[in-house]
Amino acid sequence: MAKDEFKEFKLVGTRPDRPDGLDKVTGRARYGADISAPGMLWAAVLRSPHAHARIVKIDTSKAEALTGVKAVITRADFPTGLTGEDWNLQENTMAGERALYDGHAVAAVAATSKLRAEEAVRLIEVEYEVLPHVIDVDDAIKPDAPVIREGAADATVPEGMPPNVVRYMEFGRGDVEAGFAEADLVMEKTYKTEATHQGYIEPHACMGQLGADGKGEMWVCTQGQWFIRKMCTAVLGLETAQLRVTPSEIGGGFGGKTTIFMEPLSLALSKKAGGKPVKLVMSRSDVLRATGPTASASMDVKIGMKKDGTITGARAEFRMQGGAFPGSPVDMALYCAFAPYKLTNVEHVGYDVLANRPKCAAYRAPGSPMGAFAVESLLDEMCRELDVDPLDMRLKNAVREGDTASYGPKYGSIGLVETLEATKAHPNLSIPLGPNQGRGIAAGYWFNHNGETSVSMAISEDGTAQVSVGTPDIGGSRASIALMTAETLGIPYEDVRVNVVETGALGVNEPTHGSRATFASGKAAVIAAGHAITEMCKRAANEWGIDPEAVEWVDGAAQPAGDNAGKFPPMSIAEIAGKMGSTGGPISGHHESVPEGVGASFGCHVVDVEVDPETGRTTILRYLVVQDAGRAIHPAYVEGQYQGGAAQGIGWALNEAYIYGDDGRLQNTVFLDYRVPVASDLPMIDTVIVEVPNPGHPYGVRGVGETGITPPLPAIANAIQEATGARLCELPMSPPKVLAAIKAKGG
Amino acid sequence: MRYHTPTTFEDAAQLAAQAKGLTRFLAGGTDVLVQLRAGMVQPDDLIDLKKIAGVSEITRTDDGGWRIGVAVPGIALGAHEGLCADWPGVVEGMELVGSTQIQGRATLTGNLCNGSPAADSVPGLVAAGASVEITGPGGTRTLPVEDVPVSPGKTALKAGELISAILLPPRGENAGDAYLRFIPRTEMDIAVVGSAVSLRLDGDTVTEARVALGAVAPTVKLVPEAADAIIGTTLDEPALEALAKVASAACSPIDDKRGTVAFRTEVAGVLTKRAALIAKARAKGDTA
Ligand SMILES: Cc1cc2nc3c(=O)[nH]c(=O)nc-3n(C[C@H](O)[C@H](O)[C@H](O)COP(=O)(O)OP(=O)(O)OC[C@H]3O[C@@H](n4cnc5c(N)ncnc54)[C@H](O)[C@@H]3O)c2cc1C
Repeated sequence: MAKDEFKEFKLVGTRPDRPDGLDKVTGRARYGADISAPGMLWAAVLRSPHAHARIVKIDTSKAEALTGVKAVITRADFPTGLTGEDWNLQENTMAGERALYDGHAVAAVAATSKLRAEEAVRLIEVEYEVLPHVIDVDDAIKPDAPVIREGAADATVPEGMPPNVVRYMEFGRGDVEAGFAEADLVMEKTYKTEATHQGYIEPHACMGQLGADGKGEMWVCTQGQWFIRKMCTAVLGLETAQLRVTPSEIGGGFGGKTTIFMEPLSLALSKKAGGKPVKLVMSRSDVLRATGPTASASMDVKIGMKKDGTITGARAEFRMQGGAFPGSPVDMALYCAFAPYKLTNVEHVGYDVLANRPKCAAYRAPGSPMGAFAVESLLDEMCRELDVDPLDMRLKNAVREGDTASYGPKYGSIGLVETLEATKAHPNLSIPLGPNQGRGIAAGYWFNHNGETSVSMAISEDGTAQVSVGTPDIGGSRASIALMTAETLGIPYEDVRVNVVETGALGVNEPTHGSRATFASGKAAVIAAGHAITEMCKRAANEWGIDPEAVEWVDGAAQPAGDNAGKFPPMSIAEIAGKMGSTGGPISGHHESVPEGVGASFGCHVVDVEVDPETGRTTILRYLVVQDAGRAIHPAYVEGQYQGGAAQGIGWALNEAYIYGDDGRLQNTVFLDYRVPVASDLPMIDTVIVEVPNPGHPYGVRGVGETGITPPLPAIANAIQEATGARLCELPMSPPKVLAAIKAKGG
Repeated sequence: MRYHTPTTFEDAAQLAAQAKGLTRFLAGGTDVLVQLRAGMVQPDDLIDLKKIAGVSEITRTDDGGWRIGVAVPGIALGAHEGLCADWPGVVEGMELVGSTQIQGRATLTGNLCNGSPAADSVPGLVAAGASVEITGPGGTRTLPVEDVPVSPGKTALKAGELISAILLPPRGENAGDAYLRFIPRTEMDIAVVGSAVSLRLDGDTVTEARVALGAVAPTVKLVPEAADAIIGTTLDEPALEALAKVASAACSPIDDKRGTVAFRTEVAGVLTKRAALIAKARAKGDTA
């Protein structure tokens, strides 16, 4: 139950204000676009208006002649000879021979003002030869589909597959056909989901500076400064350590800011403009057209079930397009699709497909929501058909510690059963529903990633502590890391300051992604604090003239461990710190590793909807998220993650989608038409934090950030079926589609 | 770009008549400034109307109707008791525009002259039988609101002409109006369909009616057949069905990112029924 009731810790599980809160509510926090420097230039980017076109000629002479223009770049200004993902990143940053999607960058300008740069961009003349394009994933694997790139397929793709299939996978175990033969009911359906964008409020923004000596600086809104460093230097052919990257505060990322889109442009422009800093800020249209949404998917699922709800066999075949480059999360989607269920017979097949769309990026539990939409929708229909309670069916098949996951490995400690039981016990489930209302239930899964992690902490002269982490704080990780560090050191929360630092200050850190910051940076901070404690115990032991092993750390002070050790009053952290200069110098702790012991998280959502039978409009009446957090370090921010995931999932389920015209151009490039939910669309989202501690983390933390976006898609589809009798297998379940489905079933 | 602040409508009309390039008037700016920043329009002359005396006022006319200044923001309409009592449907259309921030600036006149077929305040004005006073280099004229928009983004105003006021007729007894729009979300969206009904009752029987639809044709549309379908009825089930049918039949929408032809056509009927019932309840004294 709620961590607030936990008594074994003083700070872990409490809800103090976040350290970055005041700056954020007073507008003092500095986001990407807030960074400026003397002599700074502004950049603007020319983007392809075509979904697919050969670039015949680019004439930049008029732009270059405009007063105030300091640099114009095209692909010709980039190094050649890159391969693999480095080439993909470069090609996506600036189109080469062909523009591969509407919005693909073709040229860029740096000028003395933003308006001047934009004016110069309009003066660049590009001659295109428009080529046939393909947008839909199923169209992209048809025999006559335009080929995005010959030879893009990797070694996994068997001979004879359509040329836009660039990665292929199949895995499973048991005998699915035998499983289906055992079943009382076998159902098979096809599902489709559209691409959606993370919809972070802060558009991408950076200021880059690069000298002729190959030394550079970048200030950027990102989830991972080391990724920015690695990718920018790869794309520009620089030495990695020569670029120093400082992250700004971040107004949301959800996975979309774990890669580069336009950052190298500012560096390349800066170099060409004699090393002046160049600022580049995307508009919302740039963000929607040219950064990475998630993939769109087309999925076949077949499941066999016994009358009592036992799943006897399951098969999933997923096709996903992630834009004009390899990298759709079809693998992750397959890993998660059946992850909640104990299966003897299971088969997965996946296709990663190219289409003329922007290069997809990670989006909260990449792939998992699509897979869940297909699998959890079909399971729900089968429960209706067999008259089995959907929660009981999930409990009956739920995976437990020691079970083999559908995707291979053995589960360690997991909390699915506890989560389903907490759902069953929740009062929302017994609220009566009225006409045109329906309740939907679905489960979901996501991993917890470890990744390279390097953390330093140092004790100040007054006994307060600073922690330097490399994972940008998106969802309150500074608060959580401060709580864990303070708990470990035995000092007040307010005495710890957590700083997100630049690439020069620590070893390599992976971004804040994979629900890892509180797990990985948190774990490293606790270990680092332990090193400092050991050192402080040693300083006290030296002063007392006793063995360091005979000193223990209790409540923020060193004290002799028992009477045998000697009789000395406790020596506080402030006392030890105050004389560090004369007792051996600075006191600090450091830890770097790829931390073991990740803890995955299961969730279960229950949604009540009302559907207007005459307009097909769905209103979310009530929404419940139940999820295993391992242990909630700061329960408010865990709840925030649950609610945020649900809110994004609701948007994806109901109205969000990339809408393309026949010309392959994206039609809805602003928030007016890219319809994320607004505040008044959502009820207060109820949450229950289940706590099955992760034994792999000193405080039991699991990754909690991503699972929450997984169940909403099917949960809402399931609720709409109950409200209307109509089953929707395609997202978004927008009013026109729901109304058409109601009419089709003769309602 | 030249920015002007005339103090009379005559001066504004003169400036507009003499301007050579692209001209825009600036009322609340919630369309113009957004279009300017998005690079959609780059006016050569921007004529701000907010320095003209009386543009922010709502006044009773001699015949008992209302005269609404061209810079009166949505929030001021909603705060005006007399206007809300007479024309709740007109006010609610304007109040749907944007958010609190937008409401502090956006005007009826701007909404009308921007020329969007989905403009939320326009069906209500058309159903109400509102007209506009136009000032031009040659003097003033009036025009029914339904004749102002001629195609998406285009109005019947001639070069040098501008609207100097919106005029609402006297409301009279036993009458009510209502506007409903369909959007997939709850706010901050563009009408997929809009429908306004204004009617007068004698007992339970409709004696007068005007029905206007938005977002289902190139311009906001007055639908006399829809009015005919309910005049003389008590808005019983058959009358409502007939109303929905003619309202749907009057639609000639497009398929676009915001809605399909089939959906808009269907929902136009649904909303018109619902708006008629609200208008009736208001005519009977229901203040909701
Ligand atoms: C966030 C946001 C949300 C919005 N939501 C909605 C919505 O829900 N529904 C909706 O209908 N609209 C919406 N709009 C659009 C806009 O707010 C409305 O159309 C508003 O009523 C325009 O009024 P304005 O005074 O700001 O017009 P302005 O921008 O000042 O002017 C608009 C047009 O009218 C012309 N004009 C202005 N005054 C005169 C005059 N006296 N004579 C002749 N021409 C004139 C101008 O030249 C210009 O072309 C929204 C806009 C924003 C930015």
